[in-house]
Amino acid sequence: MNIKNMKRSTRSNLITFGIVIAFYLIVQILSAAGLLTNSFKGQLVPICAYVILAISLNLTVGILGELSLGHAGFMSVGAFSGTLVWVTMSPTTPQPLALLLAFVVGGVVAGIFGFLVGVPVLRLSGDYLAIVTLAFGEIVKNVMNACYLGLDANGLHFSLKDAGSLGMEADGKVLINGAMGITGISKASNFTIGTVLVILTLLVILNLVHSRAGRAITSIRDNEIAARSVGIPITKYKLMAFVTSAVFAGIAGVLYSLNYSSLVAKKFDYNTSILILVFVVLGGIGNLRGSVIAAAVLTVLPEMLRSMNDYRMLIYAIVLIVVMIFNQSPQMIELRSKLTARWRKGGKDETKKKGVA
Amino acid sequence: MQFFSYLINGISLGSVYALIALGYTMVYGIAKMLNFAHGDVIMIGSYVVFFTFGTSGMNPVLSILLSMVVCTILGVTVERIAYRPLREAPSLAVLITAIGVSYLLQQVAQLSWKSDPKSFISVVSGSDFLKPLTLFDGQLTISAETIVTIIACVVIMAALMWFVNCTSAGHAMLAVSEDRGAAQLMGVNVNATISLTFAIGSALAAVAGALLCSSYPTLQPTTGAMPGIKAFVAAVFGGIGSIPGAFVGGVLLGIIENLSKAYISTQLSDAIVFLVLIVVLIVKPTGLLGKKVNVKV
Amino acid sequence: MKKIVSSVLAASMVLSLAACGSSASVSESTAASSETSTAATGESAASGSYTGTPIKIGGIGPITGGAAVYGNAVKNAQELAVKEINAANGSDVFEWQFEDDENDAEKSVNAYNNLKDWGMQVLAGPVTTTPSVAVASETVNDNLFMLTPSASSLSVILNDAGDESTARGNVFQICFTDPNQGVASADYIADNGLPTKIGVIYDASDAYSSGIYEKFKAEAEVKGLEIVTAEAFTADNKADLSTQVAKCQEAGAELVFLPIYYQEASQILIAADKIGYAPEFFGCDGMDGILAIEGFDTSLAEGLMLLTPFAADAEDEKTQAFVAAYKEAYGDTPNQFAADAYDVIYAIYQAVLAGGLNGDMDASEICEGLKTQFTSMTFDGLTGTGMTWDATGAISKSPKAVVIKDGAYAAM
Repeated sequence: MNIKNMKRSTRSNLITFGIVIAFYLIVQILSAAGLLTNSFKGQLVPICAYVILAISLNLTVGILGELSLGHAGFMSVGAFSGTLVWVTMSPTTPQPLALLLAFVVGGVVAGIFGFLVGVPVLRLSGDYLAIVTLAFGEIVKNVMNACYLGLDANGLHFSLKDAGSLGMEADGKVLINGAMGITGISKASNFTIGTVLVILTLLVILNLVHSRAGRAITSIRDNEIAARSVGIPITKYKLMAFVTSAVFAGIAGVLYSLNYSSLVAKKFDYNTSILILVFVVLGGIGNLRGSVIAAAVLTVLPEMLRSMNDYRMLIYAIVLIVVMIFNQSPQMIELRSKLTARWRKGGKDETKKKGVA
Repeated sequence: MQFFSYLINGISLGSVYALIALGYTMVYGIAKMLNFAHGDVIMIGSYVVFFTFGTSGMNPVLSILLSMVVCTILGVTVERIAYRPLREAPSLAVLITAIGVSYLLQQVAQLSWKSDPKSFISVVSGSDFLKPLTLFDGQLTISAETIVTIIACVVIMAALMWFVNCTSAGHAMLAVSEDRGAAQLMGVNVNATISLTFAIGSALAAVAGALLCSSYPTLQPTTGAMPGIKAFVAAVFGGIGSIPGAFVGGVLLGIIENLSKAYISTQLSDAIVFLVLIVVLIVKPTGLLGKKVNVKV
Repeated sequence: MKKIVSSVLAASMVLSLAACGSSASVSESTAASSETSTAATGESAASGSYTGTPIKIGGIGPITGGAAVYGNAVKNAQELAVKEINAANGSDVFEWQFEDDENDAEKSVNAYNNLKDWGMQVLAGPVTTTPSVAVASETVNDNLFMLTPSASSLSVILNDAGDESTARGNVFQICFTDPNQGVASADYIADNGLPTKIGVIYDASDAYSSGIYEKFKAEAEVKGLEIVTAEAFTADNKADLSTQVAKCQEAGAELVFLPIYYQEASQILIAADKIGYAPEFFGCDGMDGILAIEGFDTSLAEGLMLLTPFAADAEDEKTQAFVAAYKEAYGDTPNQFAADAYDVIYAIYQAVLAGGLNGDMDASEICEGLKTQFTSMTFDGLTGTGMTWDATGAISKSPKAVVIKDGAYAAM
């Protein structure tokens, strides 16, 4: 099939996949040639994790049109459950199998939480939904901070008080140690796994978006009452989007946590949720390719600013504000489209605003 | 008797939340934006009071007034530069900008005043007529800070309700809140009205900052962040956009937080507070006073 | 002025080096010191004891965000120490760079990689526990020497915190470990006839604080101390600590143990004062700094006991010179973090000289050299004398118990 004759959405999808694969290949080539800095290599896995998080959050925020401030909460439950599987299984099970199980368990557990939170919560909308998701994230953080889990000959021990209350045998091993979290994780994530997961996420979510279900979901976003009136089961589709989003957040959590030797609940706080939201908004609400690029660029940016020393985060904040105004302000958009009008033939600006990549 | 002392601790904390939430809800009601930088304006206001009253020994009332002026200028400037260009943009864009402003203010504070904590000197400490109230033969003490905070909160709430309902500027606010386009057609200056809202919200932040740090005296560049979020929760709890709702939500949040610390678990009190919030919102999806009260500012 | 201070410091440093010359082969001692057992080279101590390429030392810590106060203290003190050493030596001994980690494991590993790109050969950080655990396992892969000023958890030096045989080997601490502090506190309380009805207030969201509390609790049981109540707070609700204080009062605690940092401790003291509750208060090394909080009424801290390795108003020459130099350069009184960080650089300096290491070697060679030196040498610094390290990387030094009297530390 000729590229020009393809459906526009298919072509757009191919471009997105092309970007991811090209990025992967370039990195591999540069890495083999020894041209990459340690700093950049160290960020590859987090970039993949943030890309997955941004894509999955965009499903909730951009496609479903509901604001979620608790994405890090799903990431947290996924990370803890997946890492527990990895820590307990990897000494005895073949590595690839243990890893696969860790990702599956992380995704499934986060999905279950997505369902549990989604059922009651999707009755709400707008800022009230946002605050409940924020509350969910804070609850997860607080409970995981106080969570002690140990394993000995008698099985699992659990306490919400302190490690001493576990009442374990002498040979017992504390798996989750409250605020210390899980330590001694053998690193398993790498850039290849990360890229595979990014592609998997894109495949699933792009397919969902362009399917019948995806159209139903966007119709709910654009006009819920109209959608209901034509017989679309609102709750079902809302839950579908919400749970899918949670599953991938969980998988990203596992990918992220297996890149470091320790995992603490404090990481998955409100600020992390906000950070992911920043990726989504900056990349364009509803624009999945934009999320991919924004997540990658904004993860690298603070590292690039290290030479600024004390002024690093100050400049980051200013960049954030300026980019938001430049990207989203109606006057600026008008100014930009005037400037770019000469370069483009025909007005395709409509696709930029609402279209789905 | 111990119960009452926990309850008073809760009311004390809650009235601080309420004071911050009033500013949140004002701005949300009229500009329809979540101003996440509100907590950081509070922090800046607290530093102003710390340096003028605490270090230089200025009269506390003058010091708070000065802080109100500084915060008002800050709030209006931020609105003009960072928020106004995005007035017609999606609401999420403004939310992210507000977060950027919040980072910016924290960084500026850290670079200007360093990260080491300051111990805030209570603005009511030197006063002769503001004394802790002792009840039941000394078994129960209500601190002067708590009394002042509650009084300030009630007075400000009443003043805001009067302002919104009984003055022409207030009516303009209500109109902008109801329908921005229609208000403009009716001759309301939308930009000026929103600037005024930010001015009032920021001035309230200065008062809230002084009282927050008087009751809970550690002052750092990050001091405003968590109370800011808690106050946001309180505002939603009470029904965001509603002035009495912010008051009720704030006080209740403080009470729940302290009673759960006192009787359930200090480790899990955050989780309990947020769980109560979720349950309340599921039962009453627009917050406690969100629908009943029509005073949507 | 700076020069005088630094030469005083250099002189005192050399004296202390000379004092331990019997255990390590220090080769640059002055003729003035009689204790030294090694041959004096005749060179002046103030110049040229180190020649060759400077060694690149990297530091990591939070210099923005909520924990910035600790990171900045470490950053300043390390900078001061490096400047002094370089000035005293005449030519540069160390090149030094410090990176921000915002108290976050991911950012800390990023900072570490960044420093590796710069060419770091020795790591003097990170500052806080959680980032240190993540970075420590990275340094193992690179066999790069790591000496943390203040990350006190066992998980930093051990791969499995419960098992000493899993020591990372290349990671060392200059602060007390958490168990050490918890146990020492309980022992001190039990052995010195302090009240045995104990309340604890700790930070459940912080690895340092909950780590100490856990060990304290275990040791308290052994020693027959009664913990009547243990109250927690978290980073999210620490604005209001009055309820925790009231609960300790209600439970009848006669001594309140505070394994927390000084900001929260100052709030607890103020809250206790408001309700007229006056138990004994007992803290750990994180408490140091409470007297230097701007605006804090230090009379509230009267009678507060703490185990600390460092006191900014100590009488000894070394501490006074350090405090004076720090105040002049950065305007604040240094706290325990700064002192630990300062010791980190000097300990590395001592080991570098003793092991004959220099910047031309690769990081792994330097690491092996430093490991040999650290496990065999004795170091005298601001935070203790006669410090030694075992093969796991844990330090052995004795905590000093002090009590605050008339707004200053006094020995107990």
